Formats: sequence, structure tokens, C-alpha cells
Amino acid sequence: MTTPLVAGLLAGAILSGTSLLYATLGETLVERSGIVNLGLEGLLLIGASVGFALTAASGNPWLGVAGAAAAAASANLLFGWLVVTRKANQLATGLGLMFFGFGVSALIGSRYTGAVISGLPRWRPAWLGDVAWIKSTTLFNYDLLTWLAVPVACLAWWVLFETRWGLGLRAVGENPAAAFAAGRDPAALQYQVLPLGGALAGLAGAHLSLAVTLTWSEYMTGGRGFIAIALVIFSKWNPLWAIAGALLFGGAEALQLQLQARGTGISPFFLDMVPYLLTLLVLLAWGGSRRLAAPASLGRTFYGSS
Amino acid sequence: MRLAPTATRPAANPLAGTIVRGFSRYGLITVFVLAVFGAVLLASGKDPLKAYADTFRFTLASAYGFSELLVRVTPLLFAAIAVALPARLGLINVGGEGQLYMGALAASAGAFQLAAAPAWILLPVVLLLGFLGGAVWAAIPGALRAAKLVNETVSTLLLNYIPPLIVSYLIFGPWRSPENSGFPQSPRYPKAALLPSLFDTRVHAGLLVALAGLAAYGWLVDRTRWGVEMRAIGGNPEAARRLGIAVPAWTVAGLALGGGFAGLAGMGEAMGIAGRLQQSLSPGYGFTGFLVAWLAGGRPLGILLMAFLFAVITAAGDILQISQGLPYAVVNILLATILFVVLASRSAPRTSK
Repeated sequence: MTTPLVAGLLAGAILSGTSLLYATLGETLVERSGIVNLGLEGLLLIGASVGFALTAASGNPWLGVAGAAAAAASANLLFGWLVVTRKANQLATGLGLMFFGFGVSALIGSRYTGAVISGLPRWRPAWLGDVAWIKSTTLFNYDLLTWLAVPVACLAWWVLFETRWGLGLRAVGENPAAAFAAGRDPAALQYQVLPLGGALAGLAGAHLSLAVTLTWSEYMTGGRGFIAIALVIFSKWNPLWAIAGALLFGGAEALQLQLQARGTGISPFFLDMVPYLLTLLVLLAWGGSRRLAAPASLGRTFYGSS
Repeated sequence: MRLAPTATRPAANPLAGTIVRGFSRYGLITVFVLAVFGAVLLASGKDPLKAYADTFRFTLASAYGFSELLVRVTPLLFAAIAVALPARLGLINVGGEGQLYMGALAASAGAFQLAAAPAWILLPVVLLLGFLGGAVWAAIPGALRAAKLVNETVSTLLLNYIPPLIVSYLIFGPWRSPENSGFPQSPRYPKAALLPSLFDTRVHAGLLVALAGLAAYGWLVDRTRWGVEMRAIGGNPEAARRLGIAVPAWTVAGLALGGGFAGLAGMGEAMGIAGRLQQSLSPGYGFTGFLVAWLAGGRPLGILLMAFLFAVITAAGDILQISQGLPYAVVNILLATILFVVLASRSAPRTSK
């Protein structure tokens, strides 16, 4: 294989893996508190549409990024009110959030279909740009969200495993009654992590529309939210493993695009199936053995407090 | 925010009491939901009253409108059974959309293969193949779940994305219609494969199949030994296993049966409405069917009522698109609001353990 091909694949993997990583991190944090949010796809769409609309209207992509995070965080608070305070079924509420995201994003995006934006600025550190083989590729020429993705994953790992807050969060996810007895407030912790997870999902959506596609189209996230939910299982609810998972799936997408661009004779429709099939295969190979890694109270409603 | 008392209250006639409570509860929910969605429309510069009036005028106020409702009720009934049946086993099937397309695909293959056959052969064949297409597609997550490998919620969701791509491949490639229409679609099905229309409208015989399917579903879950076994598994799979119930076999069978009904929805849309295989067979009937089944609590009569309600809502989506220039997908806000309001009102927190 030639260097440009490998570099192109890697560059593509990192670019498409970024939004997957943010989404996976957001879902991981929320699931660690015992809440499974199937509405992640809806949050991504809200992030993508709000980010794009604000950017197109104001010309400032950072406003779009901030708005996307805030909008998805608010939507996740609505989800939280239903599953934490109203103790509603998490799966049904999550699907409701998915529908909500479908509708809200279509409404917000409808005025901006076909709008042109310049998106998030990209740059490459000068010392990397001096290396000859890098210079000839798109490698390491990224926007801020891409540059920050891995540091954010490390930060999420640190918060989850090295801080008192993270300990409380994991305790709530494992056994809310015990955490409650130990003086933690499960509902309060869940209300704290939900907007955080939502904001990360919003960033994931914003990255798609502001750094990858630079356009808005309905349902543009194409199931990435569901792939990210599968990645959470693959990464054993661990933010550091999520980096590897996101790179793998970003790589699959990049490979698909490269194959399409090179015209291999394989129908593009079959190449489009690759991410979904790969997700299933990965779950098939590693999913069963990972059930024990799941937070013990995932998906259960806690009635003990409040 | 309890909208209506749901606790057991002594009533002279329990059935009448249930109906009155049900109507007051759902009446309140309806008013609230319409107000919220109206506010959304108003905020986006549209006229909610006109939208609601148009929806009423084009659905319930004329015989033609009503027949168009029945056209939408048909796939929704199938898609709701596809969710409700596995739900009895505690299984969550959110893959109705993919199963629908697989049903349409399998039925289309049969229709093209046996193009010369008479209707009395072809119609049973497309029915069977439509069912099988969805059933096989749903049996995959069933088997993965039975083997404790992959949770069926995630796998059914992921498998939604593949069948539309297979359909696209076929109608752009091997099955592309020779009439150069610029719009990718398959050739027309042979006349004998088309579902007969009822009362000279777009309502087709699929509606009768759906109603029969609903009755069969009600009979299966409420009147047979199998229904008892299913409920036992849904209640406590471990206890059911110890009672000697074949839980893994039921897991595959339950999802496959459900998927079969979703497949029939796709067959109906292809053979009853479109007359050919197309990319846009379903505006998300598979997902909407989940809401229908869930809101109906899996009860057959509830499914029938909810299917009508959601037929009106999906019609509203089309009307919003035509008369107010909003994308069809905006109607999803209405679906979500209904679900949220019902979820918030139904699951009141336990005040004490």
C-alpha cells in the first residue's frame, strides 16, 4: 500500500471517528449512572441542525458549536425529567427522544437546506507541516473539535475513575440504593450527568454538519447514534476504549469512501451497509462477553429516593 | 401530573367506567398535545388552526378522506403487531422498518419470478413471501438474543438500515424499470400479484389481512396456552425456563412472528399501493407502529384505536408538507409529544416503597 492511501485512510478515520467518539463518550457517562438513552440519534440530529442553522445565520461556527451543545443538553434534560423524576420507561422515552430529534431537526434545518457555510477552521501545527510526507496529505489538518476529541476522552476517563464525583456516578449506576445509603443522591447525580452527556452528543452532531458535510440534510446522522450505543458496549463503558472503537468505525467509513472514490465495481449501496454490519459483527464477537462489564442497574428505575 | 385517576375505583359497570376514564384521560392528553404542537407550528410562523382544520377536512370529513385513513391504518396495524407480539415475551422489536422493506423485497422477488402465474397462486405466494421476508430478517436478532450474544434492541435498530440499501441496489441495478422514467423503481408487478382494492378506493385487501392478523394476535396471546407461556417468559424468563418452557426457541419464534407481520406491511405497501418496488415505500411506519403498540399496551382493541389516531397524525404530516411547506419529518414532533405526555402521566412516581 502506498503512503497516500494509508494516510488518506487514517485522516478519514480520524475525521469520521470524531463525532462517533463524542457521541460514545456522552452515552458512556450517562450509562455509567444507570440510564440508557436510546435517543442518542435524536440528540445528534439536534446538534447537527442547531449547529448548522446558527452557523449559517450568524457566520460564526463557534456560536453553532455552543448552540448545538446547549440544545442537545436541554433535550437530554427533558429526557431526564421523564426517566428520573417521572420514572418513565427508559427505552420508550429514548425512542421518544429519537422521534423528537427527527422532528425538531427537520423543522430547524428546513430553512437552511442548501445553505453554504465555511465550517470550522482547520489548521496543522507548523512543526508537523514541515514533514514532507505529511505535507502532501490531509493528515493532521483538523478543526478544534477533532484535535480535542482524544483529550476529552482522557478527561472523561479521569473524571469517571479518579474523582469523587465519578465514583458517585458509577456507584449510582451499579447500585443506586447502596449509593443512596452512602449519602449520594442518585437523582441529583443523574441530573448532573445528563446535560453533560447531551452536550457531548450535541458536539458530535455539530462536528458532522460543521466539519464533515458542511451541509444540512434530513436524517443526515444515518444511524451514527445507534452505532455509538453499540460502541459503548464494545468499549466496556470505558472512555479510553471508546477511542479505539471510534477509530475502528471511523476507519470503516473512510475505507468505504476510498473504495467508492476508486470505483471497485462493488455497488455503493453495499459499501454503505458496512458500518452497520461491522457494528453487528463487533457486538457479536465481543458483546456477549461484555454484558458483565455493564453498570449493574443500567436501564432500571430507582424508586428509593426523592 | 396525573391526568386522570388510574387506580382501581369501584364502578357500577367496570367496562363503562374504563371507557369513561379512558376517554377523559385521552381527551385531556389530546388537547394538551395539540396545544404543544400548535405552539411549535406558531413559533415557526405557520397557522396551527388551519393545519388542524385541513387535517380534519382531508381525513375524517369525507368518505375519500376516510378511505385514505384506512390506507394508512393497514401498515400501522401490521407494524404494531410486529412490536406487540415480541413485547409479550419481554422483547423489544424496534426493527419494524427494516422488516417491512424485507417483506416487500421478498414478495417482489416472488411476483417477478412467477409473473405468469394466475392470481389464485400468486396472491398466496406474495403473502407468504412477504411474511417470510420480515420473519427471517427478525429471526436474526432473535437468534442473537437467544444465544445471549447481542441485545435485540440494538440489533433490530441497526438492521433497519440495511434492507432499504438492498432495495436501492435492486431498483438502481438488476430490477431497474426499463421505462426510462428517471425515477429509480422496479417494473410494475404482474396484475395477478396486485392486492384487490376494496370499494373502488386505494384501500386494499391488505386491510382485511391486517384485521385478521390482529384478531389472530389477540387470540394467540389471550386465549391459548402459547399466550400463557409467552407471558410467563415476559414476566420472568428464568422462572419460565425452570418450568420447562423453551425460552430460546420462543425468543426466535416471537421476533420472527412479529417480523413477519412487519413484512406483510411492506408487501401491502408494494402490492397494494405502489404497484412496484420503490425506495420510499414507508414514511417510517415501522417506527410509528412501535408507538401504536406501546401506547395501546399491546391490547388488540387499543392497537386498532391507536392505529387510527396515528393514521390521522401521519396524514397531518403530509398535509403540513403540502399546505404549509414544512418537511414531513416535522410530524415526528407530534409523535414524540404524545409519547412524552403519556409517559409523564402514566408513570407516576411511587411515593413510598
